[in-house]
Amino acid sequence: MLSIQKITKIFGAGTPDEKKALDDLSLEVNDGDFISIIGANGAGKSTLFNAIAGDFYTDHGKLLLDGEDITFMPSHKRAKFIGRLFQDPMRGSAPGMSIEENLVLAAGHGGWLSTVSKADKKLFREKLSLLDMGLEDRMQQPVGLLSGGQRQALTLMMATINMPKILLLDEHTAALDPGTAEKVLRLTDEIVTKNRITCLMITHNMQSALDLGTRTIMMNNGKIIFDTAGEERKSLTVPDLLQKFREASGAELDNDRMLLTEK
Amino acid sequence: MFGSVIGLVQTALELGLISSLTVLALFLSYSMLNVCDLSTDGCFTLGAAVGAVVAISGHPYLSIFAAMGAGMLSGLVTALLQTKFGIDSLLSGIIVNTGLYSINIAVMGNSSLLNMNKTRNVFTEMRFALEGTFLEKQHRLIVAVIAVAAVVVFLSVFLRTRLGLAIRATGNNPDMVRSSSINPVFTTIIGLCISNAFTGLSGCLLAQSQRSVNIDIGTGMVTIALASLLIGRAFMGKGKIGLQAVGAVIGSFVFRLVYTVALRFDMPAFMLKLVSSVIVIIAIAGPYLKKQFPVIKRRFTHNRAGEVK
Repeated sequence: MLSIQKITKIFGAGTPDEKKALDDLSLEVNDGDFISIIGANGAGKSTLFNAIAGDFYTDHGKLLLDGEDITFMPSHKRAKFIGRLFQDPMRGSAPGMSIEENLVLAAGHGGWLSTVSKADKKLFREKLSLLDMGLEDRMQQPVGLLSGGQRQALTLMMATINMPKILLLDEHTAALDPGTAEKVLRLTDEIVTKNRITCLMITHNMQSALDLGTRTIMMNNGKIIFDTAGEERKSLTVPDLLQKFREASGAELDNDRMLLTEK
Repeated sequence: MFGSVIGLVQTALELGLISSLTVLALFLSYSMLNVCDLSTDGCFTLGAAVGAVVAISGHPYLSIFAAMGAGMLSGLVTALLQTKFGIDSLLSGIIVNTGLYSINIAVMGNSSLLNMNKTRNVFTEMRFALEGTFLEKQHRLIVAVIAVAAVVVFLSVFLRTRLGLAIRATGNNPDMVRSSSINPVFTTIIGLCISNAFTGLSGCLLAQSQRSVNIDIGTGMVTIALASLLIGRAFMGKGKIGLQAVGAVIGSFVFRLVYTVALRFDMPAFMLKLVSSVIVIIAIAGPYLKKQFPVIKRRFTHNRAGEVK
């Protein structure tokens, strides 16, 4: 489905701050994979997502989506196939516009000069009621009035209203309070599993990295150092993961720098 | 006395309506697209000049569309500079504005003043059409009302379409536009083309109503229009799009009314631009300072108190 072939991205090339954020990285994402990604700060997790979504073009390598070369496809065109949620719940929706208006843009139904149809309004209500946050009765309110959790749930809805081929979740619950984070995570799992969306999720929570999804990869210094799925993954525990990190990176684990939580 | 008051209001209404087209242009570019389009002055003059030249050549109706087309072209250049050539949006406006000065003089046939005393224009055409009816004297007002109504209706419908929503979202959160598979470059270009078409129309109508163009006709328009826009916002708030557009028109009228009244009280005409500057400063700095006030107050009491009790 998504084939990442030997991509490299260097920031600030030729300056003292030169940083190889992605280093000859390859990854085959299979149809229906739900991959959780862990790794220390600066390991290149978000950079990998930005490369997939097309925020920048890579210096080397190739990106194929269902066999189509998307290496130089601009980000707004990739957005047709790739949905994305960020850590910041404010990034995914337009605060000055109503919930309905945001959904109209996300759905993208009809021509440029069409206005929202009755059928779409009904669809939006149905979808919003799945969130169980009462948003379906607040369609005309500006999104800026919603809480962070509500906005993130709305963004999740917007990103999946036309089923994307791939969903990228960049620590999308990290900025929410624990209760809301839990709820948004459960919603994510429901939507992704029910619709069998291929999904990549960055998390700092090692336990949920193992609990959620079907495959886990660990990154370090712009490379994938560990990739596990199936039976092997099922038997893994958090201490095992930490051990794997030591083995694969040859470095002693510095929990603060890693910013990985064990629970 | 009563007659003069009516006259005063009528002048303010005519001028207010005609310049409200520029206010509506800024409503689209400044309020919706979040671009402060500093090419407005030059574009206003461009509309006036092109409209005048086409009207003088004997095409009163075509002059309207020519002025709007010229405005659109100028908007296209401003938009391309800021989206495709990496020039900051304020700077691209200023650059286009400067360039337009030369272009405008060239359009007016190497002159900085054009007279249209004997020229048929949309206002004279309207007067012919209304000849003999009780509305004859209001012909200028009627033309202005038609133009403004058309633009307000257009905007309140257009801004609810998918393209209109995309333009609004571009000013609100460009990331979200991109993730809706829409190119913000495209929406910026469309938005600025439309808004500058209105600015051109506004200039064209002002020139035709006063039957002359000089190269300075647009000077300071951007500040005057911003002042009107912000006054309108104070009246209508941030409610429905259609109401906000009406608010922009009301703001423009109120601004002109205050100005005409001030003129009656012997304020010299050259003060217009200073007044508009001060209004913009108050309208933008006011809410900002109001937000700072609690901190300033707290610091003041903090410094006075010395010890924490």
